[in-house]
Amino acid sequence: MQSVDVDRKDNKSVEDKRFKVLENAIKRHQYHQDALIEILHKAQEIFGYLEEEVLKYVAQKLKMPLSRVYGVATFYHLFQLKPKGEHTFVICMGTACYVKGADELLKVLEEDVNLRPGETTPDGKVSLMTARCIGACGIAPAAVIDGRVCGKQIPSDVLEKVKNCLPV
Amino acid sequence: MDLKELVEIGEKQRNSAKKIRIHCCNAAGCISSNSSAVKDKLEIAVKEAGLQETVEVAKVGCMKFCGRGPLVQVEPAGTLYEQVKPEDAASIVAVLKGEEATAKTGNANHPFFTRQMPVVLENSGKINPEKIEEYIAAGGYQPLYRVIYEMSPNEVIDELSHSGLRGRGGAGYPTGLKWATVAKMSGEQKYVICNADEGDPGAFMDRAVLESDPHRVLEGMAIAAYAVGANSGYIYIRAEYPLAIDRLQKAIKQAKKLGILGSQIFDSPFDFKIDIRVGAGAFVCGEETALIASVEGKRGNPRPRPPYPAESGLWGCPTLINNVETFANIAPIVREGGDWYRSIGTEKSKGTKVFALTGKVKNTGLIEVPMGTTVRQIVEEMGGGVSNGGVVKAVQTGGPSGGCIPADALDTPVDYEHLRELGTIMGSGGIIVIDNNTNMVDVAKFYMEFCQQESCGKCVPCRAGTVQMYEILDKIYHKRANIADIDKLEALCHMVRDMSLCGLGQSAPNPVLSTLRYFREEYLELI
Repeated sequence: MQSVDVDRKDNKSVEDKRFKVLENAIKRHQYHQDALIEILHKAQEIFGYLEEEVLKYVAQKLKMPLSRVYGVATFYHLFQLKPKGEHTFVICMGTACYVKGADELLKVLEEDVNLRPGETTPDGKVSLMTARCIGACGIAPAAVIDGRVCGKQIPSDVLEKVKNCLPV
Repeated sequence: MDLKELVEIGEKQRNSAKKIRIHCCNAAGCISSNSSAVKDKLEIAVKEAGLQETVEVAKVGCMKFCGRGPLVQVEPAGTLYEQVKPEDAASIVAVLKGEEATAKTGNANHPFFTRQMPVVLENSGKINPEKIEEYIAAGGYQPLYRVIYEMSPNEVIDELSHSGLRGRGGAGYPTGLKWATVAKMSGEQKYVICNADEGDPGAFMDRAVLESDPHRVLEGMAIAAYAVGANSGYIYIRAEYPLAIDRLQKAIKQAKKLGILGSQIFDSPFDFKIDIRVGAGAFVCGEETALIASVEGKRGNPRPRPPYPAESGLWGCPTLINNVETFANIAPIVREGGDWYRSIGTEKSKGTKVFALTGKVKNTGLIEVPMGTTVRQIVEEMGGGVSNGGVVKAVQTGGPSGGCIPADALDTPVDYEHLRELGTIMGSGGIIVIDNNTNMVDVAKFYMEFCQQESCGKCVPCRAGTVQMYEILDKIYHKRANIADIDKLEALCHMVRDMSLCGLGQSAPNPVLSTLRYFREEYLELI
């Protein structure tokens, strides 16, 4: 029992610290409402995704209705309202990547590891996303794997990289 | 900071430059293929060869031939190396001592390079984008100084109007006229916004400019602010370009430190500050009224025009919005004069245009050519034709708002008017080569899926129309449609085009209309 309590306490203190970091960011924007998108970016960076508590906190600090914060958070594709996996794979689906076979990359992931765009593996290890165009058309098809741009991807390689992230 | 000090910074930089400079591409494309490691190894190799007195390794912006990265070029000799691996570094340095090259050399005299006319990209691949001194050494910020001290705002606008520059974001509105409209507006507060929300899939010109020469864009914006009477500016950039954001932030900081941005620029009464606003992944935010809403921190919904942003834009104030490439053209126009700019290009489209050449083409990368260059010259001479020996079927321009140029129209000169006649648009500058293995219905379906997902949902024709058009295209593609569906699709296209609120909806049917115009038989084959 005791250890659980300690854990919870630790989590809590970690969380408080994160809200503190967020508040500092909001302060840097002088509580300006027009900085909402910047602040949500920062919040997502701190928390990994935008959970309801975070949105409420931002709304309260910026003195605006939660509906507006929620409206903005859901309008833009890059804001995630659900937790992401440990590793993220973003497959670029821009035109140049598409004509060079980006859909093959998605197909192999769906067939072999049952992972579709927008989904995370049940164990929370890998999230798969698609991007509109990351501007790396010269090296199409491109993917962004854990924040790193990788060019000229082939299905078997991507599949292997995903499999490497999953427990055997 | 006065002109003398500015020139001194440039001279100091030039004098400190070593005899031989090894340029190492440091833009997003090459970084992803490990150019940073190449640069580190080159530095070590130079040191080991004992050449550090005469040779320096420089991080530079985009060297254009992205498909063959990482690229390294040795100046002033101009030797180009392609697909350089870290282990090639020693060999590249050994060549400087007269040894035979073992690293893969490229042909710097290929039409891909020789047909280019760098104006916007004049510094790209030559200077270190993270050092303001190198930009100043290349003559940077002198046009801004001249504008502030030697020209009235009206003279700047006249020169720009005379140059014939048209907006590079896609629509081709005369830039001088846009500036004049904002300048005429009364009101204390005006804004200048740089649209760096390069959303068209297959286009990366603006990313390359921002990563390779960010100061050029800042200078263009500052000149614009002086001309229209603004004191505050925003760069709205998409979050997908973290490196460009980072370089812009650095550039703004450096310029502020030297008194080139901020209060009393060059000790004159002219103030101008620039802030960065990062988007969050919404294609519609490239539309100017949606972009303004997003800068204000709201959902990126467009609103009806008029009033145009020139009259009532950011927070209801007169606002000038231009795209990255447009701003990047300003400093050279001021420096060389409107007459010089006019002498480049065609009768109605002046100057050069940067294109991102991609798709099924041998040489992919960034090109800047005079307006009026033909599609064939771009695709076949510069691009080297289709990769894997295929045949060009069509060339797509303008992204989801554009259309296709069929193979038999490849001799069309690229300018605003000719492309419009063909039923496509210049767009921001993506050129995607499509070969005979690609089905055109699939291409149309791809773009419609894009528009359907990117529709902001504010107006019904776009929100519902794109979904319906996509459904029909999907039906056709999977051979479940009949001939009446094609008529229905065409009718829907016209309806959505004529009734939508903003450019996204108005242009969403273009890829369908264009493929129906040139490749109708591919649709009919699937019926």
